[in-house]
Amino acid sequence: MDIKKYIKNFLNYKYLLYELVKKNIKLKYRRSYLGILWTLIEPLLTMMVLTLVFGTLFGRDDRTFPIYVLCGRLLFSFFSSSTKAGLKAVSGNAAMIKKVYVPKYIYVISSIISNFVTFLISLIVLVGVGIVLRVHPTIYILQAVIPIIILLVMSLGAGLFLATLDVFFKDVEYIWSVATMLISYASAIFYPTTRVIGTGNAWVFEINPVYMCIANFRNSVLYGQPMNIEYCVRSGVVAVCLLVIGAVLFYKNQDKFILHI
Amino acid sequence: MKENVAISVKDVGMRFNLNQEHVDNLKEYFIKLLKRDLKYNEFWALKGINFEIKRGERLGVLGLNGSGKSTLLKVVSGVLRPSTGIVRTRGVLAPLLELGAGFSPQYTGRENIYLYGAVLGYNKKFLDEKFDEIVDFSGLGEFIEVPIKNYSSGMKSRLGFSIATIVEPDILILDEVLSVGDKKFRTKCEKKIMTMFDRGVTVLFVSHSLEQVQRLCNKAIILDSGRLVAHGPVDKVARIYKNMTD
Repeated sequence: MDIKKYIKNFLNYKYLLYELVKKNIKLKYRRSYLGILWTLIEPLLTMMVLTLVFGTLFGRDDRTFPIYVLCGRLLFSFFSSSTKAGLKAVSGNAAMIKKVYVPKYIYVISSIISNFVTFLISLIVLVGVGIVLRVHPTIYILQAVIPIIILLVMSLGAGLFLATLDVFFKDVEYIWSVATMLISYASAIFYPTTRVIGTGNAWVFEINPVYMCIANFRNSVLYGQPMNIEYCVRSGVVAVCLLVIGAVLFYKNQDKFILHI
Repeated sequence: MKENVAISVKDVGMRFNLNQEHVDNLKEYFIKLLKRDLKYNEFWALKGINFEIKRGERLGVLGLNGSGKSTLLKVVSGVLRPSTGIVRTRGVLAPLLELGAGFSPQYTGRENIYLYGAVLGYNKKFLDEKFDEIVDFSGLGEFIEVPIKNYSSGMKSRLGFSIATIVEPDILILDEVLSVGDKKFRTKCEKKIMTMFDRGVTVLFVSHSLEQVQRLCNKAIILDSGRLVAHGPVDKVARIYKNMTD
């Protein structure tokens, strides 16, 4: 069976995957004094800035607003940094790809996973801030796993898709950085959704699968209520479709990569 | 593939599309697509290549610059997929192409041993066991804890050679690698490769030096503009090659 062969081939390279993930994480913080601590400090600082600007300066004194912001920020920055890393995974490893045969998707997967690992570490900040602001976790916190996994699958699909395009068209990098900015503003990271819904523009959230993950994550962690099942299904379907499209596109073109990088 | 064949290359062709200008941005692509201007100049770097290497044979690949030698090695080592034909290999393959090109410059020598080792398909346990042997052979000593970006090119190739040859490969693919490092290290490399020869490793060797090919190989082929023009025992092929180049 073909599938069996692929899985076996993948398992042969799991040590390489581990080494590449380790490399990405290690090199990201090498030569900085605080090192891996930056995965905690950085979201904490941006949370403070966003709370100050969009909370205090806009005259909102909601006690849990920092957590609201932090949930959005953490999930969104995982999505944006992992897709950006995935985008460059093939073209950036050109030297290696030209010399030794390795299944090329390993480079994309490793860049997504290394961002996922730093994301998981940064969740510690959320726990800390939650304790400080006395948010009481409920049993629903367990379902936070679901939007996280959906977002991971989505990033993986987008990463494979973008990595393939980037090999042939360097423009993708710039287009994607504008696109992520657009998605970030449409994901209600630092403003309450009621503001937008109030102007009759709720469709912005209805078509944004990243927002759906963030909303469900907030339901689980911050509000202690069950997930929005519709959001869950919709974002899940988008994620799986993206993964299939990305994987097929990548698979069909991977033999041509070496001629273009 | 027969039991005693280590590498079989059948009807292999490698086609490249040479564009006059490389189209790598969307605007150009769409403009050219609309103008139906996406012409490619087809270029066959290899065409209709057929040969087999039996287990334990050492095949030298001769040819002028641009004759397709390196492309052939890349096809055999699996980096390039041939446009036509099939390549089959049996056993563990150790490609020694442009040593050290896959190193991560920020990483130290030690970290690169694990990273590059993983790229070559070794596992952690194996690398732990062989670590001292690799460092020892490379002769890098305490430099192993220094980031690779501070290495000289000779040091990099020494480390690359040491990592790539730590396995006991069934097939060794050599691309001019015997010209790395200083004389002392070169002798050491040749000695190591000779011990592999004694164990019966199959070799595919590319070199410009006819003398080196005659010394190391027992069979040879000549490539000319991507076509196989001679194939046989090394002395016979060497005579043909001499006539061609003179």
